[in-house]
Amino acid sequence: MDTVCSINNLARCLVEGGFSPDLANLLTLLGGVVLVATIPLVTVIFLIWIERKVAARVQDRLGPNRVGPVGLLQTVADALKMLTKEDITPTGADKFIYNLAPVIAFATVILMWAVVPFTPLHIGADVGIGVLYFMAVASIGTVKIMVAGWSSNNKYALLGAFRTIAQLLSYEVPLVLSLLIPVMLAGTMSLQGITEAQGGMWYLFIAPVAAFLFYVANLAETGRAPFDLLEAESEIIAGYNIEYSGFKWGMFMASEFLHAFTAALFFAIIFMGGWWGPFVQEVPLLGALYLVGKTAIVYVFGLVLRATVPRVRIDQLMALNWKFLVPLAIANVLVIAFLIQVLKALGLMPVPGADIIAHLPMTVVMLLGNLVIIAVAMQVLRNQGREEKMAQEARMAARQQRVVKEVRTPAGAPVGD
Amino acid sequence: MIPLWMYLVVAAGLFCIGTYGVLARRNAVAVLMGVELMLNAVNINLVGFWRYMNPLETNGQVFAAFIFVVAAAEAAIGLAIIISIYRNRRSVVVDDVDLLKW
Amino acid sequence: MLEFNASTVAFVVMTLFILGGALGVVTTRNLIHATLYLILSLFGVAGYFVLLSAPFLAAVQVLVYIGAIAILIVFAVMLTRSMTRMSEILNGQWLLSAIVGAGLFLLLVIGVILPTWGNGGLLDATVSAPSQVVIDTVDLGKALVDRNGFVLPFEVASLLLTAAMIGAIVIARDDTE
Repeated sequence: MDTVCSINNLARCLVEGGFSPDLANLLTLLGGVVLVATIPLVTVIFLIWIERKVAARVQDRLGPNRVGPVGLLQTVADALKMLTKEDITPTGADKFIYNLAPVIAFATVILMWAVVPFTPLHIGADVGIGVLYFMAVASIGTVKIMVAGWSSNNKYALLGAFRTIAQLLSYEVPLVLSLLIPVMLAGTMSLQGITEAQGGMWYLFIAPVAAFLFYVANLAETGRAPFDLLEAESEIIAGYNIEYSGFKWGMFMASEFLHAFTAALFFAIIFMGGWWGPFVQEVPLLGALYLVGKTAIVYVFGLVLRATVPRVRIDQLMALNWKFLVPLAIANVLVIAFLIQVLKALGLMPVPGADIIAHLPMTVVMLLGNLVIIAVAMQVLRNQGREEKMAQEARMAARQQRVVKEVRTPAGAPVGD
Repeated sequence: MIPLWMYLVVAAGLFCIGTYGVLARRNAVAVLMGVELMLNAVNINLVGFWRYMNPLETNGQVFAAFIFVVAAAEAAIGLAIIISIYRNRRSVVVDDVDLLKW
Repeated sequence: MLEFNASTVAFVVMTLFILGGALGVVTTRNLIHATLYLILSLFGVAGYFVLLSAPFLAAVQVLVYIGAIAILIVFAVMLTRSMTRMSEILNGQWLLSAIVGAGLFLLLVIGVILPTWGNGGLLDATVSAPSQVVIDTVDLGKALVDRNGFVLPFEVASLLLTAAMIGAIVIARDDTE
C-alpha cells in the first residue's frame, strides 16, 4: 500500500503514527464531521451571491459588484454588518426556545449533508436508509418553524408558522411518493447505491414525472418561488421569523438558502446520477466536481424560475398539492411499479452495472409509461380548466345582468313589485 | 457493547414516568403525551429484545413498526377527540369530561 | 463494566435525553415546553434504535413522531390555548400516581436485574456478545409483504390508518360551518 497519508487512509496513518486504534477512529470521524459540516457553511456565502447575481441579470441589472472581485465578498460584508446589529429579543418571548430555533434551523440542513455521496469513495456516512434519513431530517424542519413562530410572542409570527407548517406537511406527501420511484428502481435506499445504479442511465430520463414531482415538492418544502409564501417579501415582510433580527435572522436566511441548495444537491444525486461522469472510476475526486456541476445547473434553474414566475395564493398552493400533485404521485407509483414488474417478466431489466445500451429498452418503456401519465394528467387539467373557465364566465354573465338591471332601476326609485 | 439490561432499565423508567404522566396530569393533551412515552418505552423493549435475542428474525422490528402505526392513529384520533371536547365544553381537563358519570 | 467508546458515550447522552425529556414532559407547567421535552425524549429513543442497529426504525421514529405526532400535539395545544396555563397541572391523585409509578419501576427493575444477577443468568449469557449479523431494511420490507410473514397485519394496519384518518376528520370537523 502507499505510504502517503491522505484523506483515504487517515485512520491507518494515525495508528502507524502511534495513536490507539479507537482514538484514531474517533479522530477520523470527528475530522470527517467537521469537514462535511464546513463545506455547506462555506457554500452559503456563494449561494447568496449567485442568487443576487442571477436575479439581477434576469431583471437587467448588474447586481453586487463593489466588494471584492465581481462582488464576491458582498455576502461577507453583509454578514459582518449583521453581526454588529442589535440583537433584539421581544418582550414576553420564550428566551431559551427563541434562541434555540435558529440553531435547529441550521443544524437540520447541515445534518442532511452527512449522507451526501460526494465521490464513489467519499461519503460522510453511507447509511442503508439514506433517502429516509433525508426525509426524516427534513421533517425536523417543521419543528424549528413552530418553535420560532410560537416563542416570538407575536401573533403574526404564529400565523405565519401555521401557514408554513400546513404547506410543509402537505408537500411532504408527494415528496415521499416521488422518492419511492428511485428506491424501487435501484432496489436500495442508500444514496450511494442509488447513485451507482444510475451508471447506465439517469433516473431523470427513466422517471421524469417522479423527477418533476420531487423538484416541485422540494421547491415548496424549501419555500422557494413560486411557493415562497412563508416569506413573500413583497406582501408580508416575513412569516414565522418576523421578530428575529441581527445574526439570528441571518442564520434563518442562510439556512433557507442552504436548504434550497441541498434540495438541488439531492435532486442531482437521486435523479441526475450524482458523481457519475467521464473517467470518474479512474479519478474518484472528479466525481465531486460533476456533482457540484449538476447541482449548480439545478440550482440556477431554480433561481431563474424564482425571478420569472409570480407567487401562488395559499388556496392555489393547497389545491395544487392535494388535487394535482398527490394523485399524480400515487398514479405514478402504481404505473412505475407495474412497469418494473412487466420489464422483469420480459427480462428487459438491465443488470446492475450495465452500460447505456443495455438500459435503452427499459428507458424507452419507462418513458412511454411516463408520457401516458403526463398525457392523462394534462387532459384532466385541461377539462378542469375548461370547467372552471365556463363557471367563471357564467358568473360574470350573471353579474353583468345584475348590473344592467340595477342601472335600469335607478337607486331610490320604488321598485315595482 | 452495552448490555441489554441497561436498555430495559431505561425503558422501564420511561414507562413509569409515562404512567405517572397519564395518571397525574389534568390536561388531556399532557395525558396523551404520557401515553406516547409509554408506547416508546415498549418500543425500546421490543427492539432491544430483537437485537439481543434473535437479530436474524424480523419479528421485533415489525412489531415496533406496527406500534408506530398504532401510535400515529392514536395521536390523530386522540387529538381530534380533545379538540372536539374543547369545542363543546371549553375545557380540556380530563376530570371535567364526566357526562357519562353520575 | 462498560468500556469507554463512542457507542457508550452515545448511550449515556441518549439516556439523558430520554429520561430528562420524559421528566420534563410530566412536570412542566407550559404545555409547549412539555411538547419540546417530548421531542427530546423521542429523539433519544431514535438514538437508541441506531445503537441497536435498527436505522430504519430510527428514521421512521423521527419522521413519524417528531415530524408528525409532535407537530400535531403542538397544534392541539395551540387550538386549546386558553388551557395551556392552568394554575393546577396535577390532579388530586398525583401522590398516589407517583407512588404507583415508583412502585412499578421498582418491580420492573427487580424483574430485569434478577435474572441477570450473578453469572449464568438468562439475559447475561446471551447478552454479553450479541451477534454482529443483523437483518437489514430489505429483510424487514420483504417480511412485511411476505405471504408467510406479516402481510395480513400490514394490510390491517393500513386499514387502521385510513379509518383513523377519516375518523379524525369527522370528529374534529366543525359542523357549524
